[in-house]
Amino acid sequence: MMVKILDVLIGGLLMGGIYALIAAGFSLQYGVARVLNVSHGEFIMLGAFATWSLYTLWGVNPLISLILCAPIFFIIGFIIHRTYYKRLRISSESLAVFEGNSMLASFGLLFIIQNIALIVWGAPVKGYSYLAYPVSFFGAVFSANRIVTLFASVILGFIFYLFLARTRLGKAIRAAAQDPDAAELMGVSINQVLALCFGFGSMMAGLGGLLISMTSVMITPFMGLEYTLIAIIVVVLGGLGNIKGSFIGGFILGLVGTIVSYIQPGLSLVAYYLIFLLLLSVRPTGILGK
Amino acid sequence: MTRRYFWPGILVLLLILLAGFPRYASAYKVIFLTNVLMYVIITLSWVIFSGATGYISLAPAAFFGVGVYASAILSKSLFLPVFIAIGGLASFCLAFLVGALTLRLRGMYFTMFTFGLVELIRHFTQWWEVNVTGTVGRLVLALDHTTIYYAMVIIFLLVLLTSYGIRRSKFGLALQSIGECEEAAAHTGVNVTRVKVFTFALSAFFIGVVGATMTMRWQYIDPPTAFDIRLSFMPVLMAIFGGMGHLYGPIVGASIFSVLDEILATKFPYYYMLLFGVTMFVVILFMPHGVEGVIQKWRQREKGGPSEKT
Repeated sequence: MMVKILDVLIGGLLMGGIYALIAAGFSLQYGVARVLNVSHGEFIMLGAFATWSLYTLWGVNPLISLILCAPIFFIIGFIIHRTYYKRLRISSESLAVFEGNSMLASFGLLFIIQNIALIVWGAPVKGYSYLAYPVSFFGAVFSANRIVTLFASVILGFIFYLFLARTRLGKAIRAAAQDPDAAELMGVSINQVLALCFGFGSMMAGLGGLLISMTSVMITPFMGLEYTLIAIIVVVLGGLGNIKGSFIGGFILGLVGTIVSYIQPGLSLVAYYLIFLLLLSVRPTGILGK
Repeated sequence: MTRRYFWPGILVLLLILLAGFPRYASAYKVIFLTNVLMYVIITLSWVIFSGATGYISLAPAAFFGVGVYASAILSKSLFLPVFIAIGGLASFCLAFLVGALTLRLRGMYFTMFTFGLVELIRHFTQWWEVNVTGTVGRLVLALDHTTIYYAMVIIFLLVLLTSYGIRRSKFGLALQSIGECEEAAAHTGVNVTRVKVFTFALSAFFIGVVGATMTMRWQYIDPPTAFDIRLSFMPVLMAIFGGMGHLYGPIVGASIFSVLDEILATKFPYYYMLLFGVTMFVVILFMPHGVEGVIQKWRQREKGGPSEKT
């Protein structure tokens, strides 16, 4: 029994690490750039497919593709914001209009990315195994790749947190999140900062997808939507635009998910959703919100 | 005088054409038109709520699916109009509940919530079918396509009259004022929450009704077809593409896209959906008021042309 509980708890933490990383990227895009990026999950899917292709075609170690993929995903996100969302932001009459329109546009982006992936990789399920040998931990057994993913996501999250808290650019990002107009008056080049945030967001999604693909999940062009939903729920749980909150929320949701799917597999998404409902009606600002 | 009879005249002409259509056209064309009408009705009902208030609902697929399941369960024992109405009522109740819980929230939270609602109900139905009833999917008693077609035409007329009625009434003004400034609307004595929740439920009612009717044509249903997430996005795109200021906007937008859907979706599904995404992307940036906005701009240029020359 003890081992079972440990099994579920550690499993939840391992899941939570990835959720936290994904949600932090989503939170950055919505909290600062004000784009509710529904295509976030599609970047996760792209990250997973990129790793799969690199690993099976050229035998590149997934941990090395981590370094390869990060700048590419950042640049993709940066360019998308510079060429599209920036213009949309300028042509929208108000922030509320921009939020609505940018969300709908990101649905368009979702369909674009998903169908390009379908054309390139096709619908059949893909997968690979990497570091799949078992590791025992106080009697509970896990595959080594899941522990690697937990460490990788915690380290990435920590680096990012330091970047936001300690550097000058991080300060500009935080300023832009609080009040974009005032930040601009204080000399922050706002379009640059927003595009950077969008780029960082897609980078985290891509890396999240890369880590997810390592844990021998099934990779399909349709896998993204589920992760987008999870990111939305985690972000609301932790408070919009709150990176620390996203991390705590990610671990909570990971734990709840594994506990529920241990009791009744197939209902974990329903459980996430009930949390979401409860939270929205009791505390819409999130657990760390004011 | 001629202006006054322009729109009623067009409507009567359209109805005569729609009513006579099955006498002259082949079965395939009747089924095709039924599909077009389905999208037109869903888009019009979506606009009743979201067009006026600015709250973007992504729940149409949920209401549609609830209508589908309600009618699939009841169709063997009841009379056609009765179970269609029950399908609508089921969606009405669901929307009422969801609206009462979430419409106090800011617009974006509402949108996220409705987006998740579709997935929630689909997953739950799937789980229920696997674990409780033991069979995924069910067969439905089929009806002939002309009956379904006429049912669709009647629903279309009802939706059109309802939207028109709302736009002309005090209730519609209240909705409009909510869309422009919710706080001001509340201060002028509009019961904001009640108006929003009721309208949301009303628009869900029609979507549920369409779902219940379409079930008869599909004959076999399972959660992925009943709660197809595309049914949530299509009306949004169609309404934006057509424009939401007048009633003809959603009708034009829905007709164009459902015809495209029929021609392209079966032959090139991936390229079609890619095109769908690109259109959504482009329309939002370059035509924020849709076809209607383009027409209005063009008309203004006609009118204001001479003065600009001087």
